[in-house]
Amino acid sequence: MSAFLRGLLCAALLLCARSWAGEFTLAAHCPPGFELVDGHCELRSLYQQYASLQSAGVGGLKTGLPAWRDGFTPQQIDLGRYLFFDPVLSADGSLSCASCHQPERGFADGLPRSRGMHGELLARSAPSLWNVAFLQRFFWDARAASLEEQMLGPLYDEREMANTPQALLDTLNGIDAYRSLFAQAFPAEISPDSGGEDAPIHLQQVYTALAAFETSLISLNSRYDQYAHGYHDALSAAEIEGMNVFRSFVARCAECHTPPLFSNQQIAVIGTPEPAGLPLDPGAQTPTGDASQRGGFKVPSLRNVALTAPYMHSGRFASLREAVAFYNGGRGHAVPPGEQLNIHWHIWNPQLGEHELDRLVDFLGALNDEGFMPQVPTRLPSGLPPVHNDPAVDSGSTGE
Amino acid sequence: MRKLILSFAAIALLAAGYYLGSNRQAEPTVIRVPAQPKAEFASSGGAEVTTATSAPLRSLTTPTSGEVILVRDGESIQDAVAAASPGAVIKVMPGTYKETVYIDKDNITLSGVIEQGKYPVLEGEGVRNDAILYSGNGTTIENFYITHYKGNGVMGQAGNNFVIRNNVVVDTGVYGIFPQLGKNGIVSHNILSGIEDAAIYIGMSDNVDVVFNQVFESVAGIEIENSRTALVEANYVYNNTGGILAFVTPGLPIKTCGDVIIRNNFVIDNNHENFAIPGSIVANIPPGTGMLIMACDDVVIERNIITGNDSVGIIFTDFSLATNIPNDPESEPNPNRPKLLDNIMRDNGNSPAPVVRAFLAAQLETRGPDIVDTVGMDDGCINHRERYRTFGLDKYTECDIDTTANVPSYTLAEPVPPRGLENVDIGKLTYYGVCAGCHAYGTRMIGPPTQVIQALYMDDPAGIAAYAAKPVKKRDDYPEMPPQGHLDEETLLAAAEFLLKLKN
Repeated sequence: MSAFLRGLLCAALLLCARSWAGEFTLAAHCPPGFELVDGHCELRSLYQQYASLQSAGVGGLKTGLPAWRDGFTPQQIDLGRYLFFDPVLSADGSLSCASCHQPERGFADGLPRSRGMHGELLARSAPSLWNVAFLQRFFWDARAASLEEQMLGPLYDEREMANTPQALLDTLNGIDAYRSLFAQAFPAEISPDSGGEDAPIHLQQVYTALAAFETSLISLNSRYDQYAHGYHDALSAAEIEGMNVFRSFVARCAECHTPPLFSNQQIAVIGTPEPAGLPLDPGAQTPTGDASQRGGFKVPSLRNVALTAPYMHSGRFASLREAVAFYNGGRGHAVPPGEQLNIHWHIWNPQLGEHELDRLVDFLGALNDEGFMPQVPTRLPSGLPPVHNDPAVDSGSTGE
Repeated sequence: MRKLILSFAAIALLAAGYYLGSNRQAEPTVIRVPAQPKAEFASSGGAEVTTATSAPLRSLTTPTSGEVILVRDGESIQDAVAAASPGAVIKVMPGTYKETVYIDKDNITLSGVIEQGKYPVLEGEGVRNDAILYSGNGTTIENFYITHYKGNGVMGQAGNNFVIRNNVVVDTGVYGIFPQLGKNGIVSHNILSGIEDAAIYIGMSDNVDVVFNQVFESVAGIEIENSRTALVEANYVYNNTGGILAFVTPGLPIKTCGDVIIRNNFVIDNNHENFAIPGSIVANIPPGTGMLIMACDDVVIERNIITGNDSVGIIFTDFSLATNIPNDPESEPNPNRPKLLDNIMRDNGNSPAPVVRAFLAAQLETRGPDIVDTVGMDDGCINHRERYRTFGLDKYTECDIDTTANVPSYTLAEPVPPRGLENVDIGKLTYYGVCAGCHAYGTRMIGPPTQVIQALYMDDPAGIAAYAAKPVKKRDDYPEMPPQGHLDEETLLAAAEFLLKLKN
């Protein structure tokens, strides 16, 4: 769809939306993986039968999960689903959250670095949203402590969705369908004082609903998990061999990509190269101001990682095979001349065989699980069409 | 060059601090004869451990069922593990076994048979990664000779209730014995040498005894890292770069180290050159270090014989030694509340390593001390301080305890239960955690609604369980159900029972 057509559609938005008010109702049941308890959705997983040392949620096969967020209502989660896919959240109605976090691409976007509103390349790659319920820190450089804090970045960054808080609020309040849906999702906040059913939408409700949906994206039922719970036929011989390389103290993958989340959620300086021509990304040094963390990034979870190529913070590696080969290249081999990085002690020269790298890739594929994939809305309360699978967004309007 | 000058200045500053803060004239020794016994040692982490009067000391064993599997030279140990049920004892005859053994089952005893000094040898040939990996709850590994692996000799990943004993680990990669993220274990009577990091490394674990081991010619002899309630007792630790270490390593997901008793060990001549892998944390250890306590809290060092360590007998320090690690604001750097009880220290510091020599030179000293605290902690204590040559202990007081003998072990009186959490409804977890991917109560998803299944099966949960394990295509309007045989019968039945009772 051309930008022009999209603009027309946005202009017609209010009229369209009015006619659809009342056609949307929010789910009263929780998404898969959650039990409805007193009106709230609580996470349920086979991993909840296990403990973990110091309740840290890191360990081996039968290890409990890290702390998680749940307790949103089914209606909040479902409202979040509509908002997530609705490009009305962006300034010009061209981008939704799903534009960079596409369900069919592991909730990432398949690009080395994401593209913003005007097609320009952004600084880093879009991370997967699977299992964000378990994360303590957000963004590659870990600068946000909650999803609500994180989403302010893309919503209001002028290179990304380029909205403003006031414009977003005005837009949503101008859509009857959303007024009605927010009233369903936040009934406690509706009172005669607040204007009853016609109470205006608050930004905090928008953030809560988006966080509610994002934390419902649970992926803990891969074939690896079947193995972990005790069914050893779930993995092929090649995958088991890969698992043993993965957790070996030669490859040391599991030291940071620690089960069950396959991340220990720490900052690690590993010294991956940037795409050609780009300077070193200082990573965690920027938000913390701590030079010892230069080049440090949050250890990403590897669940569904096979679905989210390319890899690393700026997408330098096109395939998992290239990504695992990086760790075989020797400590600091890709650090630009003149840079002194405190490379993580687990980055060394493991001298893994080529076949071992192949087996690692085999094993990583066994971490795929999209069994709880949410349904993409076919129609949106704004009246806009979902855009995330629009080829125009994928190819962008500017060449690389 | 600029950096060099800066760090020299830092050392000089540190030394000046000591100089100003302490009287360089030896104080007259005060002779005291205590009138009454001191307080009993109270370990903040000791609430759940065996006390001297309860269960037999270190009675932890791996439960057995009577199943015995014999492995002969030329056969595969892993095949035996694959065939074993929980409770099996796998006896491995002398011979050479070229494999990586992984144990992802509970209560497996892997036991070598030693005949007239001949061991079953696990041979890595310099190409295999680790000799033995275990993750089960309840593992014994004993009587093996392990050599030439690239990674670890024995590595545990979140396995609780482990016993690793009577093994000989020679010239094997990074760590000799490395239980990680485990609770309740014993590492005893092993002989380890030629390890390029820690020969025995207790990482992010709780309730571990490291006792009666012989550890030599490795970079670090015994290392307790980011662990709590660890007892290191009666080990013979000699000619390593550093003898016994207790560390907080920054940047790990479990941030604390504490309640470590280091007692009755021989820590002798740990002067080996440092042959650690570049970039590793132990690459920072000065040769000639008897004990190194970095940021670990409530460490008690009691009645060890610490002699002939050429740089220093005991160092307490913060992260200033580990200059190659990024800062971690969540890791507290100080070695809080150190306690030094009646150690025998002789001939330490005779030939300090260059980094220690530089530190000493700034204080106009050439010989390394018995004990140094580079932080200058004000909550430490030491008994009989007059016996030792020390730096940085000016604020240490006399300890209010004489001994930790009332904590004979930090292992648990009762083993960790196989599933760590009680009162778990496995049927509910399975229904919502697995089945709900396709079935919702009153809504059509990928499979038929739960209500429809309830109407079909009524009071026949076994029927549901049997169908789910081996489904056949029944309905034209739904896709065929994928088999759920990855769940065992008990779990499937529990899920079916839960499903039939569901009301919404």
